[in-house]
Amino acid sequence: MSDARFVELDKVGVTFGQAAEQTEALQPTSLTIAKGDFLALVGPSGCGKSTILKLISELLTPTTGNIFFGGRELGANPVRVGMAFQSASLLPWMSVRDNIMLPLKIVPPFKAGFSAKKSGEYRERADALLEQVGLEDFADKSPWQLSGGMMQRANLCRALIHDPDLLLLDEPFGALDQFTHEELWQTLQDLWLDRKSTVILVTHDLREAAYLANRICVMSPRPGRIVDDRTVPFARPRPIDITFEQEFVTLVQRLRSLIVHAPKSKKVAAA
Amino acid sequence: MTPVLRKLAPVILIVSVFVFWELFCILAGISELVLPRPTRILAAFLEYKAAIWPHAQQTLYTTLVGFTFGVAIGLSLGVLIGSSKLAYDTAYPLLVGISSIPKVAVVPIFVLWFGAGTVPAILTAMIICIFPIVVNVSTGIATVEPELEDVMRSLKASRWEILWNVGLPRSMPYFFASLKGAITLSFVGSVIAETVASNKGVGNMMLIASSSFNVPLVFSGLMILAVMGISLYAIFSVIERRMVGWALRKQ
Repeated sequence: MSDARFVELDKVGVTFGQAAEQTEALQPTSLTIAKGDFLALVGPSGCGKSTILKLISELLTPTTGNIFFGGRELGANPVRVGMAFQSASLLPWMSVRDNIMLPLKIVPPFKAGFSAKKSGEYRERADALLEQVGLEDFADKSPWQLSGGMMQRANLCRALIHDPDLLLLDEPFGALDQFTHEELWQTLQDLWLDRKSTVILVTHDLREAAYLANRICVMSPRPGRIVDDRTVPFARPRPIDITFEQEFVTLVQRLRSLIVHAPKSKKVAAA
Repeated sequence: MTPVLRKLAPVILIVSVFVFWELFCILAGISELVLPRPTRILAAFLEYKAAIWPHAQQTLYTTLVGFTFGVAIGLSLGVLIGSSKLAYDTAYPLLVGISSIPKVAVVPIFVLWFGAGTVPAILTAMIICIFPIVVNVSTGIATVEPELEDVMRSLKASRWEILWNVGLPRSMPYFFASLKGAITLSFVGSVIAETVASNKGVGNMMLIASSSFNVPLVFSGLMILAVMGISLYAIFSVIERRMVGWALRKQ
């Protein structure tokens, strides 16, 4: 297996519904993601960005095509996935620390030693992550005592605690204000630089994609397909001021025009 | 209102109702056979205390046993129905049908099967409290946020793990809220059964007392039921606050 083809989608398409009421959500799409890469998927709403994430995390099975992970077909060996959505959905009956430890209770091999290690090794593991995102003073608090930005930090910790092979983020910062956005971009960049995990980020925020990702795929309106695939040249770590530089602004404008002037999909145009 | 006054308000209301009741009976000259005064009810209670006690015990016993079975069955059914859409759609109409039968109508059937006495009271107390528990628990489990379920499924959690770690804890506030209502319903159930077919229990005692026109004793029976109902409600409120205080966002 080569690290260059860590995740591979081979002509993967998704169609919802039966017979006459079928809607195509994703046109047959091929995409290869290298190990340790940071990929952003951008596109208009409903274009199938989230569908791709759900396919890779096995929440959805493709109608056509195959998905390979580490050279083997998905399902042959379980992919360890960490996922975070726009709503942090922390469990209100647990402390922040216990929330973050939840994946350790479920994912092998961690789950085997959970009851023995939850107040020792795993607790330290959770605390270390919390410290990395600046939540060390909130480990024993309840989720509702956190601000929206803090909840998303905790959400990121929960998605990372079990050392996932793949971190899948579905508009994780979508509901936050601009300043909190930028803080969390830096936190996420630091986490990524530290761990070098493979990340797929779905977002509608083009500045977010340009700041965070190594590679950006632009998708067409529904039924989606990838219309543009480019690497982002900026050096790491990227300071937040980079978002005001000419090169960055040009990239964002270019992405914007790709989405706004995306050629309508054939089938939609014909209809 | 000051915080102290606020806490005392329910007590003040209850006392005022009794005072008003007492004064109304005296001033309007109402016969004891129609509506005895609270002080007369209290006197009757003290007079018959020894005789009342076994009846009260019986009612409490049948209520609590029926309630315990009802909770066990209601919780299991609620979990089953809540965690499967198919089970939900299949079983719900039947449950609604059963719950709409007036419970007093099934007591004779229980008597036919098990004879008069303790068993019909327990069964009535049981079936009357199952439905509200089922509805609440299944709602709590069925309404787990889809995003949370996706997080769990992406971790390859089994259905059982999702139920145990998310569904069940999430339904607990619904469950405990339904318990407070269910315990008072159970009292209704056992007293109905005692009134219809039993030789023991507060319901039976009230029936006998009214047939001998001992109206103050009838009202003593009502008071005993009210006090037992309030006490158990209060106990379950405390348990609720301790178990699912997180739902009230209190530390």
